[in-house]
Amino acid sequence: MENAVVHIPNLSLGNTQSVANMIKRVGGEVIIAMTPEDLSSAKKIILPGVGAFDEGMNELRDQGWIDVLNKLVLEKKVPILGICLGMQFFFEGSEEGELPGLSWISGRLKRFVSTHEDPIKIPHMGWNALNVYRRESIIPEMEEELRYYFVHSYHAICGDVDDLVATAHHGSDITAAVQRNNIYGVQFHPEKSHTFGMALLKNFLSVKC
Amino acid sequence: MNISNLSKEPLPVKAKAPLAKRIIPCLDVKDGRTVKGVNFVDLRDAGDPVELAWQYSQQGADELVFLDITATHERRKTMVELVKAVARQINIPFTIGGGINEISDADILLNAGADKISINSAAVRNPDFIDELAAAFGKQFVVVAVDTKLVEGTNLVHLNGGRIATEFETEKWIKEAEERGAGEILLTSMDHDGTKAGFDNSLLKKINDTISIPLIASGGAGNVQHFIDVFEKTNVDAALAASVFHYGEILIPSLKEELRKHNIEVRL
Repeated sequence: MENAVVHIPNLSLGNTQSVANMIKRVGGEVIIAMTPEDLSSAKKIILPGVGAFDEGMNELRDQGWIDVLNKLVLEKKVPILGICLGMQFFFEGSEEGELPGLSWISGRLKRFVSTHEDPIKIPHMGWNALNVYRRESIIPEMEEELRYYFVHSYHAICGDVDDLVATAHHGSDITAAVQRNNIYGVQFHPEKSHTFGMALLKNFLSVKC
Repeated sequence: MNISNLSKEPLPVKAKAPLAKRIIPCLDVKDGRTVKGVNFVDLRDAGDPVELAWQYSQQGADELVFLDITATHERRKTMVELVKAVARQINIPFTIGGGINEISDADILLNAGADKISINSAAVRNPDFIDELAAAFGKQFVVVAVDTKLVEGTNLVHLNGGRIATEFETEKWIKEAEERGAGEILLTSMDHDGTKAGFDNSLLKKINDTISIPLIASGGAGNVQHFIDVFEKTNVDAALAASVFHYGEILIPSLKEELRKHNIEVRL
Protein backbone atom coordinates (compact mmCIF):
# COMPACT_ATOMS: atom_id res chain seq x y z
CA MET A 1 0.00 0.00 0.00
CA GLU A 2 1.64 3.18 -1.23
CA ASN A 3 -0.18 5.23 1.42
CA ALA A 4 1.57 3.39 4.21
CA VAL A 5 5.15 4.31 3.35
CA VAL A 6 6.33 6.99 5.74
CA HIS A 7 9.53 8.99 5.54
CA ILE A 8 11.04 10.17 8.80
CA PRO A 9 13.85 12.75 8.70
CA ASN A 10 16.85 11.55 10.68
CA LEU A 11 17.13 14.33 13.24
CA SER A 12 19.25 14.08 16.34
CA LEU A 13 16.41 15.57 18.38
CA GLY A 14 14.07 12.72 17.81
CA ASN A 15 12.82 9.50 19.24
CA THR A 16 12.83 8.39 15.62
CA GLN A 17 13.20 4.72 16.46
CA SER A 18 10.17 4.58 18.73
CA VAL A 19 8.03 6.19 16.06
CA ALA A 20 9.42 3.88 13.39
CA ASN A 21 8.71 0.84 15.58
CA MET A 22 5.07 1.81 15.99
CA ILE A 23 4.52 2.59 12.31
CA LYS A 24 5.78 -0.90 11.50
CA ARG A 25 3.59 -2.34 14.24
CA VAL A 26 0.46 -0.89 12.61
CA GLY A 27 1.41 -2.18 9.17
CA GLY A 28 3.33 0.74 7.70
CA GLU A 29 6.73 0.91 6.11
CA VAL A 30 9.36 3.36 7.29
CA ILE A 31 12.14 5.02 5.37
CA ILE A 32 14.55 7.00 7.50
CA ALA A 33 15.69 9.94 5.38
CA MET A 34 19.35 10.49 6.22
CA THR A 35 19.55 13.67 4.13
CA PRO A 36 17.00 16.18 2.79
CA GLU A 37 17.53 14.63 -0.69
CA ASP A 38 16.32 11.27 0.65
CA LEU A 39 13.10 12.98 1.64
CA SER A 40 12.27 14.35 -1.80
CA SER A 41 10.37 11.25 -2.94
CA ALA A 42 8.28 11.10 0.26
CA LYS A 43 4.56 10.47 -0.07
CA LYS A 44 4.00 10.83 3.64
CA ILE A 45 6.17 12.31 6.38
CA ILE A 46 6.37 12.10 10.15
CA LEU A 47 8.37 14.76 11.98
CA PRO A 48 9.05 13.60 15.52
CA GLY A 49 10.93 15.75 17.92
CA VAL A 50 11.95 16.12 21.50
CA GLY A 51 14.16 18.80 22.94
CA ALA A 52 14.39 22.55 22.69
CA PHE A 53 12.70 24.69 20.03
CA ASP A 54 15.67 26.76 18.82
CA GLU A 55 18.03 23.81 18.78
CA GLY A 56 15.55 21.90 16.64
CA MET A 57 14.92 24.78 14.22
CA ASN A 58 18.67 25.30 13.90
CA GLU A 59 19.16 21.68 13.01
CA LEU A 60 16.34 21.80 10.44
CA ARG A 61 17.86 24.89 8.86
CA ASP A 62 21.57 24.04 9.04
CA GLN A 63 21.09 20.62 7.51
CA GLY A 64 18.87 21.98 4.75
CA TRP A 65 15.59 20.31 5.71
CA ILE A 66 13.45 23.46 5.66
CA ASP A 67 13.44 24.07 1.89
CA VAL A 68 12.59 20.51 1.03
CA LEU A 69 9.90 20.36 3.72
CA ASN A 70 8.32 23.60 2.51
CA LYS A 71 8.28 22.31 -1.03
CA LEU A 72 6.81 18.92 -0.16
CA VAL A 73 4.26 20.12 2.36
CA LEU A 74 3.15 23.46 0.92
CA GLU A 75 3.47 22.81 -2.83
CA LYS A 76 3.10 19.06 -3.27
CA LYS A 77 0.65 18.80 -0.35
CA VAL A 78 2.36 15.73 1.07
CA PRO A 79 0.62 14.69 4.32
CA ILE A 80 2.85 15.33 7.32
CA LEU A 81 2.37 14.46 10.98
CA GLY A 82 4.32 16.44 13.56
CA ILE A 83 4.70 14.88 16.99
CA CYS A 84 5.39 16.95 20.12
CA LEU A 85 8.24 19.34 19.25
CA GLY A 86 7.70 18.27 15.62
CA MET A 87 4.22 19.79 15.81
CA GLN A 88 5.51 22.87 17.61
CA PHE A 89 7.80 23.64 14.64
CA PHE A 90 4.68 24.07 12.46
CA PHE A 91 3.75 27.23 14.36
CA GLU A 92 5.21 30.72 14.05
CA GLY A 93 7.42 30.68 17.11
CA SER A 94 7.76 29.77 20.76
CA GLU A 95 8.37 31.47 24.07
CA GLU A 96 11.06 28.83 24.54
CA GLY A 97 13.25 30.36 21.87
CA GLU A 98 13.83 33.25 19.52
CA LEU A 99 13.85 31.61 16.11
CA PRO A 100 10.80 31.62 13.89
CA GLY A 101 9.07 28.31 13.32
CA LEU A 102 7.99 26.90 9.95
CA SER A 103 4.85 29.08 10.14
CA TRP A 104 2.62 26.60 8.36
CA ILE A 105 0.03 27.01 11.09
CA SER A 106 -0.73 30.35 12.65
CA GLY A 107 -0.14 30.75 16.35
CA ARG A 108 2.65 30.49 18.90
CA LEU A 109 3.84 28.35 21.79
CA LYS A 110 3.44 29.57 25.36
CA ARG A 111 4.92 28.19 28.55
CA PHE A 112 2.53 26.60 31.02
CA VAL A 113 1.89 28.84 33.98
CA SER A 114 1.03 27.53 37.41
CA THR A 115 -1.07 29.94 39.41
CA HIS A 116 -1.89 30.04 43.07
CA GLU A 117 -5.60 29.43 42.43
CA ASP A 118 -4.98 26.64 39.95
CA PRO A 119 -1.59 25.09 40.64
CA ILE A 120 -0.39 22.68 37.97
CA LYS A 121 2.70 20.56 37.60
CA ILE A 122 5.11 21.51 34.83
CA PRO A 123 6.02 19.66 32.64
CA HIS A 124 2.54 18.46 31.74
CA MET A 125 3.47 14.81 32.02
CA GLY A 126 1.24 11.78 31.81
CA TRP A 127 -1.96 10.46 30.27
CA ASN A 128 -4.57 13.10 29.58
CA ALA A 129 -8.02 12.93 28.03
CA LEU A 130 -8.90 14.66 24.77
CA ASN A 131 -11.78 16.92 23.91
CA VAL A 132 -12.27 16.38 20.20
CA TYR A 133 -13.46 19.35 18.13
CA ARG A 134 -13.13 17.88 14.69
CA ARG A 135 -14.20 14.31 14.12
CA GLU A 136 -13.00 14.07 10.52
CA SER A 137 -9.31 14.30 11.39
CA ILE A 138 -7.05 11.42 12.44
CA ILE A 139 -8.15 11.13 16.08
CA PRO A 140 -9.65 7.65 16.36
CA GLU A 141 -13.17 6.98 17.52
CA MET A 142 -13.02 4.39 20.25
CA GLU A 143 -15.37 3.15 22.91
CA GLU A 144 -12.94 3.90 25.71
CA GLU A 145 -12.15 7.44 26.80
CA LEU A 146 -9.27 8.60 24.63
CA ARG A 147 -6.14 9.20 26.64
CA TYR A 148 -2.73 10.08 25.26
CA TYR A 149 0.71 10.44 26.81
CA PHE A 150 1.90 14.03 27.01
CA VAL A 151 5.25 15.41 28.11
CA HIS A 152 5.88 19.09 27.41
CA SER A 153 6.32 22.48 29.06
CA TYR A 154 5.10 24.68 26.19
CA HIS A 155 1.71 24.51 24.50
CA ALA A 156 0.38 25.96 21.27
CA ILE A 157 -2.18 28.75 21.06
CA CYS A 158 -3.80 28.43 17.64
CA GLY A 159 -4.10 31.67 15.71
CA ASP A 160 -6.90 30.20 13.62
CA VAL A 161 -9.31 28.23 15.76
CA ASP A 162 -10.44 26.22 12.73
CA ASP A 163 -7.07 24.44 12.83
CA LEU A 164 -7.84 23.05 16.25
CA VAL A 165 -8.70 19.32 16.26
CA ALA A 166 -8.57 18.47 19.96
CA THR A 167 -7.68 19.97 23.31
CA ALA A 168 -6.61 18.57 26.66
CA HIS A 169 -7.05 20.23 30.02
CA HIS A 170 -4.04 21.14 32.15
CA GLY A 171 -4.55 24.39 33.97
CA SER A 172 -6.37 25.62 30.88
CA ASP A 173 -7.56 24.01 27.66
CA ILE A 174 -4.44 23.44 25.62
CA THR A 175 -3.90 22.46 22.01
CA ALA A 176 -3.57 18.67 21.81
CA ALA A 177 -4.03 18.18 18.06
CA VAL A 178 -4.22 20.41 14.99
CA GLN A 179 -4.84 19.97 11.31
CA ARG A 180 -4.60 22.41 8.44
CA ASN A 181 -5.20 20.68 5.10
CA ASN A 182 -2.41 18.09 4.70
CA ILE A 183 -0.63 19.25 7.85
CA TYR A 184 -1.36 17.22 11.01
CA GLY A 185 0.15 17.83 14.41
CA VAL A 186 -0.21 16.23 17.83
CA GLN A 187 1.29 17.55 21.03
CA PHE A 188 1.16 14.12 22.68
CA HIS A 189 3.16 11.01 21.82
CA PRO A 190 1.07 8.48 19.86
CA GLU A 191 4.12 6.19 19.73
CA LYS A 192 3.95 5.99 23.54
CA SER A 193 0.18 5.89 23.87
CA HIS A 194 -0.44 2.16 23.53
CA THR A 195 -3.66 1.20 21.70
CA PHE A 196 -4.89 4.80 21.38
CA GLY A 197 -1.63 5.78 19.75
CA MET A 198 -1.61 2.83 17.39
CA ALA A 199 -5.15 3.67 16.26
CA LEU A 200 -4.13 7.26 15.52
CA LEU A 201 -1.02 6.25 13.58
CA LYS A 202 -3.12 3.79 11.61
CA ASN A 203 -5.49 6.62 10.70
CA PHE A 204 -2.56 8.71 9.52
CA LEU A 205 -1.38 5.81 7.35
CA SER A 206 -4.78 5.68 5.67
CA VAL A 207 -4.85 9.42 4.87
CA LYS A 208 -4.93 9.79 1.09
CA CYS A 209 -1.68 10.96 -0.42
CA MET B 1 -5.09 37.64 15.45
CA ASN B 2 -4.86 35.37 18.45
CA ILE B 3 -8.02 33.63 19.44
CA SER B 4 -8.08 31.70 22.68
CA ASN B 5 -8.53 27.98 22.31
CA LEU B 6 -11.57 28.33 24.50
CA SER B 7 -13.49 30.36 22.00
CA LYS B 8 -15.06 27.39 20.27
CA GLU B 9 -17.28 24.86 21.98
CA PRO B 10 -16.04 21.31 21.64
CA LEU B 11 -18.50 18.93 19.96
CA PRO B 12 -18.85 16.00 22.36
CA VAL B 13 -18.37 17.73 25.67
CA LYS B 14 -16.90 15.57 28.38
CA ALA B 15 -16.05 16.54 31.90
CA LYS B 16 -12.75 18.35 32.17
CA ALA B 17 -10.66 15.38 33.12
CA PRO B 18 -7.50 16.13 35.02
CA LEU B 19 -4.36 14.24 34.23
CA ALA B 20 -4.65 10.56 35.10
CA LYS B 21 -2.75 9.36 38.15
CA ARG B 22 -0.06 7.01 36.91
CA ILE B 23 0.52 3.45 38.09
CA ILE B 24 4.14 2.46 37.57
CA PRO B 25 5.54 -1.03 38.05
CA CYS B 26 9.25 -0.92 38.79
CA LEU B 27 11.48 -3.68 37.51
CA ASP B 28 14.82 -4.17 39.20
CA VAL B 29 17.13 -5.77 36.68
CA LYS B 30 20.35 -7.61 37.35
CA ASP B 31 22.34 -9.30 34.59
CA GLY B 32 19.34 -9.01 32.30
CA ARG B 33 16.81 -10.59 34.68
CA THR B 34 14.16 -8.99 36.89
CA VAL B 35 14.68 -9.14 40.61
CA LYS B 36 13.10 -7.52 43.62
CA GLY B 37 14.58 -7.49 47.05
CA VAL B 38 12.60 -7.21 50.24
CA ASN B 39 14.26 -4.18 51.81
CA PHE B 40 16.81 -4.53 49.01
CA VAL B 41 18.33 -7.68 50.50
CA ASP B 42 17.45 -11.30 49.65
CA LEU B 43 16.79 -10.94 45.92
CA ARG B 44 14.25 -13.16 44.24
CA ASP B 45 13.95 -13.75 40.51
CA ALA B 46 10.69 -12.69 38.89
CA GLY B 47 11.45 -13.22 35.24
CA ASP B 48 12.38 -11.75 31.92
CA PRO B 49 12.15 -7.92 31.98
CA VAL B 50 10.95 -7.53 28.41
CA GLU B 51 8.25 -10.16 28.85
CA LEU B 52 7.17 -8.59 32.13
CA ALA B 53 7.17 -5.13 30.57
CA TRP B 54 4.95 -6.31 27.74
CA GLN B 55 2.55 -7.93 30.19
CA TYR B 56 2.35 -4.73 32.19
CA SER B 57 1.67 -2.58 29.15
CA GLN B 58 -1.16 -4.93 28.19
CA GLN B 59 -2.58 -4.79 31.70
CA GLY B 60 -2.72 -1.01 31.68
CA ALA B 61 0.46 0.10 33.41
CA ASP B 62 0.91 3.78 32.57
CA GLU B 63 4.67 3.76 32.59
CA LEU B 64 7.55 1.50 33.57
CA VAL B 65 10.73 2.07 35.50
CA PHE B 66 13.76 -0.19 35.08
CA LEU B 67 16.49 0.00 37.67
CA ASP B 68 19.63 -1.80 36.65
CA ILE B 69 21.47 -3.06 39.69
CA THR B 70 24.08 -5.04 37.80
CA ALA B 71 27.41 -4.42 39.46
CA THR B 72 29.78 -5.62 36.75
CA HIS B 73 31.65 -3.69 34.09
CA GLU B 74 29.25 -5.17 31.56
CA ARG B 75 26.43 -3.08 32.96
CA ARG B 76 26.45 -0.32 30.42
CA LYS B 77 26.24 -2.83 27.59
CA THR B 78 23.45 -4.85 29.21
CA MET B 79 21.47 -1.68 29.97
CA VAL B 80 21.61 -0.56 26.36
CA GLU B 81 20.53 -4.02 25.18
CA LEU B 82 17.64 -3.95 27.63
CA VAL B 83 16.49 -0.48 26.56
CA LYS B 84 16.63 -1.43 22.89
CA ALA B 85 14.63 -4.60 23.49
CA VAL B 86 12.02 -2.79 25.57
CA ALA B 87 11.69 0.06 23.06
CA ARG B 88 11.09 -2.45 20.27
CA GLN B 89 8.31 -4.24 22.17
CA ILE B 90 6.60 -1.68 24.37
CA ASN B 91 4.58 1.39 23.46
CA ILE B 92 4.24 3.08 26.81
CA PRO B 93 6.85 5.41 28.28
CA PHE B 94 9.70 3.99 30.32
CA THR B 95 12.49 5.24 32.51
CA ILE B 96 15.86 3.59 33.01
CA GLY B 97 18.13 4.12 35.97
CA GLY B 98 21.08 2.58 37.72
CA GLY B 99 24.62 3.86 37.82
CA ILE B 100 24.18 6.60 35.22
CA ASN B 101 26.88 9.14 36.04
CA GLU B 102 28.05 10.54 32.75
CA ILE B 103 26.34 12.51 30.02
CA SER B 104 27.51 9.88 27.55
CA ASP B 105 25.64 7.15 29.50
CA ALA B 106 22.44 9.15 29.26
CA ASP B 107 22.99 9.91 25.60
CA ILE B 108 23.39 6.25 24.68
CA LEU B 109 20.32 5.20 26.68
CA LEU B 110 18.10 7.93 25.23
CA ASN B 111 19.23 7.06 21.72
CA ALA B 112 18.48 3.41 22.43
CA GLY B 113 14.87 4.43 23.09
CA ALA B 114 14.51 5.30 26.78
CA ASP B 115 12.03 8.10 27.45
CA LYS B 116 13.59 9.21 30.70
CA ILE B 117 16.65 8.43 32.74
CA SER B 118 16.72 8.27 36.49
CA ILE B 119 19.72 9.37 38.53
CA ASN B 120 20.29 8.99 42.24
CA SER B 121 23.77 8.78 43.81
CA ALA B 122 25.41 10.55 40.89
CA ALA B 123 23.21 13.59 41.51
CA VAL B 124 24.00 13.66 45.23
CA ARG B 125 27.74 13.32 44.63
CA ASN B 126 27.73 15.89 41.84
CA PRO B 127 24.59 18.06 41.84
CA ASP B 128 25.79 19.88 38.70
CA PHE B 129 25.07 16.64 36.86
CA ILE B 130 21.36 17.48 37.05
CA ASP B 131 21.94 20.86 35.38
CA GLU B 132 24.12 19.27 32.73
CA LEU B 133 21.56 16.60 31.87
CA ALA B 134 18.70 19.09 31.75
CA ALA B 135 20.70 21.38 29.48
CA ALA B 136 21.74 18.54 27.18
CA PHE B 137 18.44 16.69 26.84
CA GLY B 138 15.67 18.78 28.40
CA LYS B 139 14.18 18.59 31.86
CA GLN B 140 11.56 16.05 30.92
CA PHE B 141 14.25 13.40 30.50
CA VAL B 142 15.65 13.81 33.96
CA VAL B 143 14.11 11.93 36.85
CA VAL B 144 15.89 12.47 40.14
CA ALA B 145 15.38 9.45 42.40
CA VAL B 146 15.70 10.10 46.11
CA ASP B 147 15.93 7.40 48.78
CA THR B 148 14.99 8.80 52.14
CA LYS B 149 15.18 7.45 55.67
CA LEU B 150 14.29 8.96 59.02
CA VAL B 151 17.34 9.53 61.21
CA GLU B 152 16.66 10.96 64.66
CA GLY B 153 13.55 12.74 63.49
CA THR B 154 15.03 14.13 60.26
CA ASN B 155 14.49 12.75 56.78
CA LEU B 156 17.91 12.30 55.25
CA VAL B 157 18.84 11.29 51.72
CA HIS B 158 20.45 7.85 51.62
CA LEU B 159 22.56 6.16 48.99
CA ASN B 160 23.22 2.57 47.91
CA GLY B 161 19.74 1.25 48.64
CA GLY B 162 19.56 2.91 52.03
CA ARG B 163 22.91 1.73 53.34
CA ILE B 164 24.76 5.05 53.27
CA ALA B 165 23.35 8.12 54.99
CA THR B 166 24.18 11.55 53.62
CA GLU B 167 23.93 14.93 55.29
CA PHE B 168 21.35 16.09 52.75
CA GLU B 169 17.94 16.83 54.20
CA THR B 170 15.41 15.20 51.90
CA GLU B 171 13.08 18.16 51.51
CA LYS B 172 15.88 20.63 50.81
CA TRP B 173 17.59 18.27 48.39
CA ILE B 174 14.41 17.73 46.39
CA LYS B 175 13.86 21.48 46.17
CA GLU B 176 17.44 21.90 44.96
CA ALA B 177 17.02 19.12 42.40
CA GLU B 178 13.91 20.86 41.06
CA GLU B 179 15.74 24.17 40.77
CA ARG B 180 18.64 22.52 39.00
CA GLY B 181 16.41 21.05 36.32
CA ALA B 182 14.88 17.77 37.46
CA GLY B 183 11.73 17.06 35.43
CA GLU B 184 10.31 14.64 37.95
CA ILE B 185 11.08 13.28 41.43
CA LEU B 186 10.89 9.60 42.37
CA LEU B 187 10.80 9.52 46.16
CA THR B 188 11.34 6.18 47.93
CA SER B 189 10.89 5.90 51.66
CA MET B 190 13.44 3.34 52.83
CA ASP B 191 11.53 3.05 56.11
CA HIS B 192 8.46 1.90 54.20
CA ASP B 193 10.08 0.02 51.33
CA GLY B 194 9.48 -3.72 51.53
CA THR B 195 7.17 -3.42 54.53
CA LYS B 196 3.90 -3.51 52.53
CA ALA B 197 2.46 -1.25 55.22
CA GLY B 198 1.56 1.67 52.96
CA PHE B 199 3.28 4.70 51.45
CA ASP B 200 4.84 7.43 53.59
CA ASN B 201 1.89 9.74 53.07
CA SER B 202 2.85 12.51 55.45
CA LEU B 203 6.27 12.99 53.88
CA LEU B 204 4.89 12.66 50.35
CA LYS B 205 2.23 15.29 50.99
CA LYS B 206 4.76 17.66 52.47
CA ILE B 207 7.08 17.28 49.49
CA ASN B 208 4.30 17.38 46.92
CA ASP B 209 3.01 20.66 48.29
CA THR B 210 6.41 22.32 47.90
CA ILE B 211 7.37 21.32 44.35
CA SER B 212 5.84 22.08 40.98
CA ILE B 213 7.24 19.13 39.05
CA PRO B 214 5.62 15.67 39.08
CA LEU B 215 6.23 13.44 42.09
CA ILE B 216 6.23 9.63 42.04
CA ALA B 217 5.54 7.91 45.36
CA SER B 218 7.50 4.76 46.10
CA GLY B 219 8.03 2.38 48.98
CA GLY B 220 5.49 0.49 51.05
CA ALA B 221 2.69 -0.52 48.68
CA GLY B 222 1.05 -3.68 50.00
CA ASN B 223 -2.58 -3.51 48.96
CA VAL B 224 -5.09 -1.56 46.88
CA GLN B 225 -6.09 0.67 49.80
CA HIS B 226 -2.52 1.96 50.01
CA PHE B 227 -2.80 3.32 46.47
CA ILE B 228 -6.17 4.92 47.23
CA ASP B 229 -4.65 6.48 50.34
CA VAL B 230 -1.57 7.88 48.64
CA PHE B 231 -3.59 9.60 45.92
CA GLU B 232 -6.33 10.85 48.25
CA LYS B 233 -4.03 12.04 51.01
CA THR B 234 -1.06 13.42 49.10
CA ASN B 235 -2.20 14.20 45.55
CA VAL B 236 1.08 12.82 44.13
CA ASP B 237 1.13 12.28 40.38
CA ALA B 238 2.10 8.64 40.29
CA ALA B 239 2.65 5.62 42.50
CA LEU B 240 5.32 3.02 41.94
CA ALA B 241 5.58 -0.52 43.24
CA ALA B 242 7.39 -3.72 42.40
CA SER B 243 6.77 -6.98 44.21
CA VAL B 244 3.00 -6.56 44.67
CA PHE B 245 2.76 -6.39 40.90
CA HIS B 246 5.42 -8.96 40.03
CA TYR B 247 3.92 -11.65 42.21
CA GLY B 248 0.35 -10.87 41.16
CA GLU B 249 -0.78 -9.73 44.59
CA ILE B 250 -2.27 -6.64 42.97
CA LEU B 251 -3.58 -6.75 39.42
CA ILE B 252 -3.41 -3.42 37.62
CA PRO B 253 -6.86 -3.56 35.96
CA SER B 254 -8.64 -4.18 39.25
CA LEU B 255 -6.45 -1.63 41.03
CA LYS B 256 -7.51 0.99 38.49
CA GLU B 257 -11.19 0.02 38.78
CA GLU B 258 -10.97 0.56 42.51
CA LEU B 259 -9.21 3.89 42.11
CA ARG B 260 -11.88 5.06 39.71
CA LYS B 261 -14.58 4.04 42.19
CA HIS B 262 -12.92 6.44 44.58
CA ASN B 263 -13.06 9.22 41.98
CA ILE B 264 -9.34 9.07 41.36
CA GLU B 265 -8.66 9.83 37.72
CA VAL B 266 -7.03 6.87 35.97
CA ARG B 267 -6.56 5.62 32.42
CA LEU B 268 -8.67 2.49 32.00
